[in-house]
Amino acid sequence: MLKIKVNGEFHELEVEPDTPLLWVLRDHLNLTGTKYGCGIAQCGACTVHLNGTPSRSCSIPVSGVLEVDIVTIEGLSKDKSHPVQKAWIKEDVPQCGYCQSGQIMAAVSLLAKNTNPSDSDIDNAMTNICRCGTYSRIRKAIHSVADAIESKA
Amino acid sequence: MEKVSRRHFLKTSASVAGGMMISFHIPAQDFSQEKMIGPVAPVISSELNAWLTIDPDNTITIRVAQSEMGQGVLTALPMIIADELEADWRDVRAEHADVNRSIRQAGVYKRMLTGGSGAVRISRPYLQQAGAEAREKLIKAAAETWRVSSQECYADYGKVHHKPTRRSVTYGDIAGLAAQLSVANVKIKSPEDFSLIGLPIPRLDTPEKVDGSALFGMDVRLDNMAYAAVQHCPVLGGSVRSFRFNAIRNMPGVIQAIRFDNGVAVVAETWWQANKAAKALPIQWMIGDEGKTHSETFRNEYLAALGSQGTSVLTQGETLPALEASEKIIESDYLVPYLAHASMEPLNCTAHRTDEGLSLWLGTQDPESALAAAAKLAAIAPEKVQLTNCLLGGGFGRRAHTDIVEEAVQIAMLIDRPVQLIWSREEDMRSGRYRPMAAMRFKAGFDLEKQVVAYTNHSVTHSILRDLGAPVDNGIDPTSVEGLSNMPYEFSPKSISHTIKNTHVSSYWWRSVGSSQNAFAMECFIDEMAEATKTDPISFRKKYLVDRPDMLDVLEELKEKSDWNKRLPSGTARGIALHECFGTIVGQVAEVSVNDGKAEVHRIVSVVNCGNLVNPSIAEAQIESGIIYGLSAALYGRITIEKGRVLEDNFDTYHVVQQAQVPVIETHWLLSGGDKWGGLGEPGLPCVAPAIVNALHKITRRRIRSLPIGDYYLQRA
Repeated sequence: MLKIKVNGEFHELEVEPDTPLLWVLRDHLNLTGTKYGCGIAQCGACTVHLNGTPSRSCSIPVSGVLEVDIVTIEGLSKDKSHPVQKAWIKEDVPQCGYCQSGQIMAAVSLLAKNTNPSDSDIDNAMTNICRCGTYSRIRKAIHSVADAIESKA
Repeated sequence: MEKVSRRHFLKTSASVAGGMMISFHIPAQDFSQEKMIGPVAPVISSELNAWLTIDPDNTITIRVAQSEMGQGVLTALPMIIADELEADWRDVRAEHADVNRSIRQAGVYKRMLTGGSGAVRISRPYLQQAGAEAREKLIKAAAETWRVSSQECYADYGKVHHKPTRRSVTYGDIAGLAAQLSVANVKIKSPEDFSLIGLPIPRLDTPEKVDGSALFGMDVRLDNMAYAAVQHCPVLGGSVRSFRFNAIRNMPGVIQAIRFDNGVAVVAETWWQANKAAKALPIQWMIGDEGKTHSETFRNEYLAALGSQGTSVLTQGETLPALEASEKIIESDYLVPYLAHASMEPLNCTAHRTDEGLSLWLGTQDPESALAAAAKLAAIAPEKVQLTNCLLGGGFGRRAHTDIVEEAVQIAMLIDRPVQLIWSREEDMRSGRYRPMAAMRFKAGFDLEKQVVAYTNHSVTHSILRDLGAPVDNGIDPTSVEGLSNMPYEFSPKSISHTIKNTHVSSYWWRSVGSSQNAFAMECFIDEMAEATKTDPISFRKKYLVDRPDMLDVLEELKEKSDWNKRLPSGTARGIALHECFGTIVGQVAEVSVNDGKAEVHRIVSVVNCGNLVNPSIAEAQIESGIIYGLSAALYGRITIEKGRVLEDNFDTYHVVQQAQVPVIETHWLLSGGDKWGGLGEPGLPCVAPAIVNALHKITRRRIRSLPIGDYYLQRA
């Protein structure tokens, strides 16, 4: 029996220890907002936060995150009210939407560390793949969150 | 969308859990009962026609018969209906239309195949009609209630108003009565009366796509569901000789292995278990001569075939003597590889056989074909197949195929549980159906005055239609010569010919189809012709665009918006391309430089004439989307065949554009109005590669005639 903490809640699981966190989230906990895109930590669709760090859950065995605070897209807010979610809505970012959970989780981490990222900061942090090509609006949305933080400060 | 589809899904899952007949019709569709009941029950919504229902609380649910794969149909198509309906947009919800109903009711949803950039282009007129008819029913119902003439009433913002008495009633209050009325000879609006069409309204599906709640095919969760993964024959066209289930039988969670012609599926309690076991399963394959093929061989064979005569597609005048009499002749061969779709969501399908029939959950571009294929395999009537079309995590043509459905149904027929089949990314990419490989040869002859006096083109292309078993008996697959046979330039005499050449690799529709490769070759060769005559590429194009004022306008606007004549820093250059497909003209200018042997694209300016558009925000996103998809293909896209196998199997080998490679993208609309409602999902793509390659030539003085550009080490001249 393994015990993990996801979005503030503890879960006890009967699962092989080498099962990637992604599949524990999706198939055991029914947290399907985190997506499978490549399985080799290339595309970022499975991005979650491990103690606040953006991590590709498809390539992390569940046995490696037992003492870790795991946050998924479902844990970001209860009502789409996280500033990054609001910016995504304002800029109408998603197209098919499949990669957007991962994009948002990556953007949240970036903005937590760097409240005013430059374009090249965004290029370096946002390595998630989007086949619909929503990149320009993602960049715009990230800048708009930064602007909002700025105006509050 | 969210409210309804969620309710929908939960209802469906509950039914499955109870083993009952699955019905994913919301009560609204059962309005015959409503009449029997008399007064409208509070939860009953009223169906004004197959396209929309109205609830007593004024919620309007619009059925969308095209599949949402990112292109915005769940918003744009409801806008068309709601505009005619004079709805209050805040009341509008959207959901995918029910394919089973369309089959039972003689195609009530008309065209359900999503493709060909046709959602607005093709369905707009009948969606307007559906909205207008519903509006007139509501007006008639209000007039009857008030015992006044319909002529004195009008609809606006979700209410019917009686002009003389200034009374009004909400749609929700009269929808029940309106649903029982019929109207005839309803006229649709003139464009100047549009109230929603033309506005950048936010997408209805955005909120559910920012919190993980959007329901994609892979997110379907049913009680007692098992998962399946598959291992296909690595050589396309090969088949299973034998496999040893005992080797994986005791792996955790493994339930069963199921043999297909070309692979074996493993069913397990979770997908991770299924995939791990499928990868470990020892399989003996039967592989024929396909196993000896290589991309290099294909390339040589395609180039050799360019020397054959081919089948004439179009001949005007005598090109041979004209070429012989030419003062100067240029000749070039172009080559493009197979390409994968690489949608973000790997292919998947959930299937459950019940006593009553079969239930399917997936995201498909072609629900009718999916349903028909499932019915055939299950040997049941199509009406017995229920298909829930989920959101598609990308489609790009790939999700119109029924291969994933056929495999899921074969599994479901043998397992007494719902099963979700997911192809791993590797299976999705290696067992893909690819954008055709093609080679194109162009010749042009010029006289002393540098006038074009002869033009010939021969293309050798892997035929999609032949792969699909469609007749191409005359030797021409029209989808292979899109953009070549109908090129806009007036060269005379000219000869355009074609040769079909298929390999064992499967081809399929890929975003912008023939235009994806043909615009590259054609528009690069046009630049070669311009260079041969020492003419500016825009001036050269204009000279030969006879009777195409629309294209001339696009070029003129593009020249200005792209700063065509403004100086750029040394080592940076602009290239242009122009192409028309799916009823839309796109001109593009790319600003490019070369760094470390690689192309760097800084800016792409587009001028687009699609006539009219529904939602400028979604339309802009579609052009950008096509550009990024085309940029990935131009810079990196390549499927390599070695010993009959596809080498690229994931994003580490099949590279696509990431944020850091995205140029500044500017899209300008030059809308000619009228009856033209051109497509937008695909036309943004074809010009990208030629615009970049034409720019690179100015920097390197070397002509790139094959893709991807990443194959070349670029150097400034």
